[in-house]
Amino acid sequence: MERESMQFDVVIVGGGPSGLSAAIRLKQLGLSAGKEISVCVLEKASEIGAHILSGAVIEPRSLSELFPNWAELGAPLHTPAGKDRFLYLTKKRALRLPTPPQMHNKGNFIASLGNLCRWLAEQAEELEVEVYPGFAAAEVLYDAQGVVKGVATGDMGLLEDGTEGPNFERGMELHAKQTIFAEGARGSLTKTLFERFDLRSESDPQVFGLGIKELWEVEPSNHKKGQITHTTGWPLDTKTYGGSWMYHFDDNLVSIGFVVGLNYRNPYLSPFEEMQRFKTHPAISSVFDGGKRIAYGARAISAGGFQSIPKLTFPGGMLVGDTAGFLNLPKIKGTHTAMKSGMTAAEAIFESLEDTQSISNEVTGYRQRLEGTWLWDELKKVRNIKPSFHWGLFPAMAYSAIDTYILRGRAPWTFAHKADHEGLLPAERCKPLDYPKPDGKLTFDKLSSVFLSNTNHEEGQPCHLTLKEASVAIDTNYKIFDGPEARYCPAGVYEYVEEGSGPRLQINSQNCVHCKTCDIKDPTQNINWVTPEGGGGPNYPNM
Amino acid sequence: MKILVAVKRAIDYNVKARPKADGSDVDLANVKMSMNPFDEIAVEEAIRLQEAGVASETVAVSIGPKQCQETLRTAMAMGIDRGILVSSDDEVQPLAVAKLLKSVVEKEQPELVIVGKQAIDDDSNQVGQMLAALLGWSQGTFACGVELDGSESLTVRREIDGGIQTLDLKMPAVITTDLRLNEPRYVKLPNIMKAKKKPLDVIEAGETGVDIKPRLVTLKVTEPPVREGGVKVEDVNELIEKLRNEAKVI
Ligand SMILES: Cc1cc2nc3c(=O)[nH]c(=O)nc-3n(C[C@H](O)[C@H](O)[C@H](O)COP(=O)(O)OP(=O)(O)OC[C@H]3O[C@@H](n4cnc5c(N)ncnc54)[C@H](O)[C@@H]3O)c2cc1C
Ligand SMILES: Cc1cc2nc3c(=O)[nH]c(=O)nc-3n(C[C@H](O)[C@H](O)[C@H](O)COP(=O)(O)OP(=O)(O)OC[C@H]3O[C@@H](n4cnc5c(N)ncnc54)[C@H](O)[C@@H]3O)c2cc1C
Ligand code: SF4
Repeated sequence: MERESMQFDVVIVGGGPSGLSAAIRLKQLGLSAGKEISVCVLEKASEIGAHILSGAVIEPRSLSELFPNWAELGAPLHTPAGKDRFLYLTKKRALRLPTPPQMHNKGNFIASLGNLCRWLAEQAEELEVEVYPGFAAAEVLYDAQGVVKGVATGDMGLLEDGTEGPNFERGMELHAKQTIFAEGARGSLTKTLFERFDLRSESDPQVFGLGIKELWEVEPSNHKKGQITHTTGWPLDTKTYGGSWMYHFDDNLVSIGFVVGLNYRNPYLSPFEEMQRFKTHPAISSVFDGGKRIAYGARAISAGGFQSIPKLTFPGGMLVGDTAGFLNLPKIKGTHTAMKSGMTAAEAIFESLEDTQSISNEVTGYRQRLEGTWLWDELKKVRNIKPSFHWGLFPAMAYSAIDTYILRGRAPWTFAHKADHEGLLPAERCKPLDYPKPDGKLTFDKLSSVFLSNTNHEEGQPCHLTLKEASVAIDTNYKIFDGPEARYCPAGVYEYVEEGSGPRLQINSQNCVHCKTCDIKDPTQNINWVTPEGGGGPNYPNM
Repeated sequence: MKILVAVKRAIDYNVKARPKADGSDVDLANVKMSMNPFDEIAVEEAIRLQEAGVASETVAVSIGPKQCQETLRTAMAMGIDRGILVSSDDEVQPLAVAKLLKSVVEKEQPELVIVGKQAIDDDSNQVGQMLAALLGWSQGTFACGVELDGSESLTVRREIDGGIQTLDLKMPAVITTDLRLNEPRYVKLPNIMKAKKKPLDVIEAGETGVDIKPRLVTLKVTEPPVREGGVKVEDVNELIEKLRNEAKVI
């Protein structure tokens, strides 16, 4: 069946901070030049913000560049950042460390990034950006010369076996002069572009962390509005990179989360259980006495920084935000850089649309412009901090201190990254970890957690967690690594079920919260995450 | 024949509703809202009647704040011809909804009104019945099948406890939809784009002359009691003992 198609000047895949900022900037530039530019944003979540999960302490630098009067316009940044605490945890104790300078938060705000995106989408719609949540871009479209000419949304109403069901509707093609990929960490279409245009040949592999977050409503007496706490150390061993955040904001809300570097080695490690265990630390647990957990979710975080930035442009399109990897890890902030990259991409595209002489359809001006912005300097300065954690926590902390205080990011060397999926050791070389049972008050099991993410996928559709080779699940994942996906998946999607004939991998795809960890960590990269039917996935409020 | 459909913007069925900390209401801050599922069925039915050549025009009406326009756009993307928002930022309870719908009916003069059997937020199951009574029209509630017999009457099958009841109704009529009436179609992206250009009128609730003052007061909204985990009993005697002394049911 033929697909309907529609032509735009610019199509943007993903309605996160980077995609929405690009859309807004394009319209602003068009407006001030008196030019009509048609811009369309596709978002796989059922509504803008519903798949966004972040800390978040937000640096308002880019927002102020985009909307100098954002406060008047009602942007939902209500809690100015207050005191910073940086703690090193041992099992029983908490040592207060000097807060590294990148982690100072004066002038920043604690907020829900999902809500900021909801607000940005309203602003975009005011500027006549066409925003379409509920539609995943499932396929990149190329013209006869191999130039990206747009994307197609997924078909709706397919049955589990891939045939057309009674309510089948064919997807739609969206054609554009330029397509901006703003899919966030580990974009599923971006992944295909990396291969097709060989965009990663001159950069290190991207590396990731998995962030698991809970939102709590706490007793007013336990709430210290504006307080920011980060921890490192316990419960992780010193060879595993990771740590926590805890932000007090708005009306008695506390955002608490735990990040585990996905280069971890022990296949028995469960980031979810580490998060649960972390909350029981005496320096942390009392905040939640009498409180109520109101939301749960997880999302991968692009942590490679400067040396992992791929080639950003290709004929017909470009990458912005976390799918390219502009997060500043020592600051643990990616919102301001994601927005800035989107805005810079918009400026470069606008310039290329003006330039009617040029016959090239690759907007290389994007990278050139980006190198001239504060974003580039900011990422370059901190480029050596995360790779040094390969040495273990203590040497790394020492290195970070030297790098930050003495070399000030100007070290003549740059450390290289290794891909996360290569990090896993065979199970026989590791000890199983013994995690405590949840108490149902402070600590929980996965299923009751996923329940709070409001996740849903239309029943009976093809499974969106595809295996390149079905037999690898048992032959490699189970036999060599003892089924690590059952532990790293924060939503309990993967289960090895014992049957008479031996174990079988069961994939509960309807629970998937789109964190992308399996696509990243699967040891042989056998798991390929593809977009499910549009609108499926979590429905995060206020995350 | 013209059909009017009522569509309510309600908390999305995937969202776990949660009372506010002060117990005054359900917390709806930044929670996903969408069209009440029974109203999607109403919309689908109206469109099918139009596609079958029975209806000449379909109109959707929603009552509530300006965000209800999104719900109307969804209805129009499914295939409804135009939308009417009766705009109100105040709470509108079932009786007021029915009265406001009546005022829209008087203006629009449809022969058929289709509403959901209930809205999944308040589960009142009142609007359709009250509207029919206020208009003095026939009503077919919990419809699982609708067939028009010319322009004078229609046959409605309805789900009742013991099975299916078949009614013969005189037009004009109000129908409320049950789950099994039809399966609503997917909203197609090209149709969402086209729906942006369909007409949408806004009427201020205050200008209809209808008294929408709430008649009901919400005292408290609380979570249902937590279900306690089960226990295993050793033998029949222990079971009987527990049923008698703990559960006190025998
Ligand atoms: C646990 C965690 C904590 C963080 N804490 C902070 C913090 O405190 N401060 C801070 O500044 N930053 C923080 N960040 C980083 C910040 O959230 C990201 O840098 C930022 O969200 C990146 O923006 P983005 O637009 O590139 O991608 P995202 O925010 O991931 O948005 C991408 C959007 O695209 C959609 N999408 C993806 N693929 C498709 C497709 N194929 N079709 C349609 N739609 C698609 C997604 O659903 C999503 O809505 C944190 C991140 C995580 C994971
Ligand atoms: C702006 C606004 C704010 C509100 N805030 C609250 C609140 O905070 N707390 C609260 O308890 N109640 C609130 N309500 C009231 C709530 O919407 C009414 O109680 C409801 O309209 C009637 O209950 P019900 O939908 O369960 O009726 P039902 O009788 O179950 O509804 C049956 C059918 O009537 C139609 N219908 C019902 N309501 C509407 C509508 N609004 N527009 C179009 N068709 C409709 C639909 O077809 C629906 O399927 C609000 C209403 C509005 C408009
Ligand atoms: S299946 Fe994969 S993407 Fe989905 S929640 Fe689990 S790890 Fe994340």
